[in-house]
Parts: sequence; structure tokens; C-alpha cells
Amino acid sequence: MPESRYLIAVAAVCCAITWALRALPFTALEPLRSSRAIHYLSSRMPAGVMVILSLYTLRTLPLTQVRVLAPLVGLAVTVGLHLWRRNALLSVFAGTAVCVALSSTLFAP
Amino acid sequence: MTAALKDSASVGLGLVPMGLAFGMLVTHSGLPWWSAPMYSAVMYTGTLEFLLVPMVLAITPLVTVGLTTLLVNGRHAFYALSFPLHRVNGRLARLYSSFALSDEAYAMTTGGQARTWSSARIVSFQAFNHAYCVAGSLTGALVGSLIPPRITGLDFAMTALLVVLALDGIRDRRDDLPTPLLALLAALIARLITPGQMLLTAFCLFTAALLARHFTTRRGPADA
Repeated sequence: MPESRYLIAVAAVCCAITWALRALPFTALEPLRSSRAIHYLSSRMPAGVMVILSLYTLRTLPLTQVRVLAPLVGLAVTVGLHLWRRNALLSVFAGTAVCVALSSTLFAP
Repeated sequence: MTAALKDSASVGLGLVPMGLAFGMLVTHSGLPWWSAPMYSAVMYTGTLEFLLVPMVLAITPLVTVGLTTLLVNGRHAFYALSFPLHRVNGRLARLYSSFALSDEAYAMTTGGQARTWSSARIVSFQAFNHAYCVAGSLTGALVGSLIPPRITGLDFAMTALLVVLALDGIRDRRDDLPTPLLALLAALIARLITPGQMLLTAFCLFTAALLARHFTTRRGPADA
């Protein structure tokens, strides 16, 4: 089992790199702010970025096994509820609850 | 402040189940309970936190951990393009705001409804989300041992949250369907050609595709 010093060192390394990645581009990109291409990118990126991240979390779905139905049904519930009620909290909680219920009972490993 | 609390309640509370899932994963893997809130607090990025657990268990060298962080979180460098840091006042507030620039904070503050948010509203929104994440993680780590291991699927919360943010982002610009389609395509191609580096490849492809679209449509006057 890893010792505490190692766990803390990992936290420090990850923290420093993540913060640098988040903060440094603001200074580096400052001169580009008025560019039309950057303006175009910045208005279109948010929706696409979330699409990519969603697909990324789904990349390990066990597509050939029947237990894939748990996350798929959860996904259908989340999307359906969100298109219908537009309540993010409700969509996330309901979708997760359905997925947990199915994968812990019907499709338990 | 109250406005930020309301803003964060809609999406931010989705971070609680994600934090819970992470905390439970940490204790179930045998790591000390305090490492869950520590990682959530200093990194504040679910994707990396979940990835980190097996790496830490294997006592992966710090250099490899650092490199993985760089590759997994490389996408955050793109967020500087649209995150409204120029609307945040004060040195400390700006430092914190850039530190707590998570995927969710980015999605919410770049959406249409946030265009009029004040500096204080943006920063407290980020702080509330950060707090939900750490609180969820701490709770998950502490109660994790009480919950039977056959309860699985909690990590789906992260997928659900991202899907909801994607749907909101698409609805914000509903006249612009090619953008999410390009993103979808970029993700699928990245998954096929670089399965180990899907995120970074997808972001580069997506950005390149958007730039190509920008420069070609500027010349074509008939484009909608």
C-alpha cells in the first residue's frame, strides 16, 4: 500500500500541473483575444467540448454484454428527462439512480 | 452570493454523486480516507481523479503521474479561449478562478445565461461547486466502507452531468448543429486512431475542424 508521503507528492504534482494548464494560457493567449478566429472558436467550443467529454466517459462501455443496458437506460432517462423538464439536478440524479439500481440488481456482475 | 448558490444548485449538485463515487472508490481500493477529499480539493477534476486511483495503487513514478496529468488535463488550456476571466476582479479572485476552472465551471460560465454574471457571482459559483465536490468526496470516503461493494454504477453521475451540460450547450446555439456533429466525429476518430489518448486527440481534431470551417466559410458568402 502506498505511504502517505507518496500520496501527498502525487497530489502536489497533479495540482501544480493542472493549475498551470488552467492559468498560464490566459497570459499566453491575451494578445489573441481580439482575433476573429479566436472569437469564433470560443463561442463554438463549449458545446463541442462537453460532447467529447461525454463520449470519453462512455468509451469503456461493455458493448457486447447485456449489463451495458444499465448505463444505456440511465443515459436514456437523463436525456429524456432533460429534454422534457430542463432541470439539470433532476436529470443527473434520476439517471444515476436508475443506472445504480439496474447495475446493482438486475445486471449485477 | 445567493444568486451563485442558486446557479450552482442546478448543475453543481450533480457533482455530489460524482464526489461520493470517487470517495467510495478510494476507500474500497484500500487508500486512506483523507486522500479522497485531498485529491478532490487540489485537483478538482473528476476525470483525472478517477484515473489516478489505479495509478496510485500501483505506486506509479511521479514523472509518469505528471505526464498523465499533462495529457488528460491538456484540454483545460483550451478553456482560456472562452472563460470570462477578464470579468473577474481582484488578484486573489483571479488566481482562485483560474485554479477552479473545472469542466463544469467552464460549461456554465460560458453559457448564454452567464453573460451578465458579476465577478463575485462567477467566483462564488466556482467556490460552491468546488465545495460540493470535496464534500461529496469526503462523505463517500467516510461512509464508503458502510455501503456494500455490490452497489455499483455511481460513477455514471459524471457521464450524466456531462451529457446534461452538452445538451444545454447545444440548446444555447441551436442554429449551429455542425459544431456538435464535428465534436462527435472528432471523438469517434480519436477513439479509433489513438484509443490511449482519446481526449487530447479529439480536442485537437475538433479545434482544427472548427478553424478550417471558420476560414472556409469566411470566403464563401452563401454560407449560413
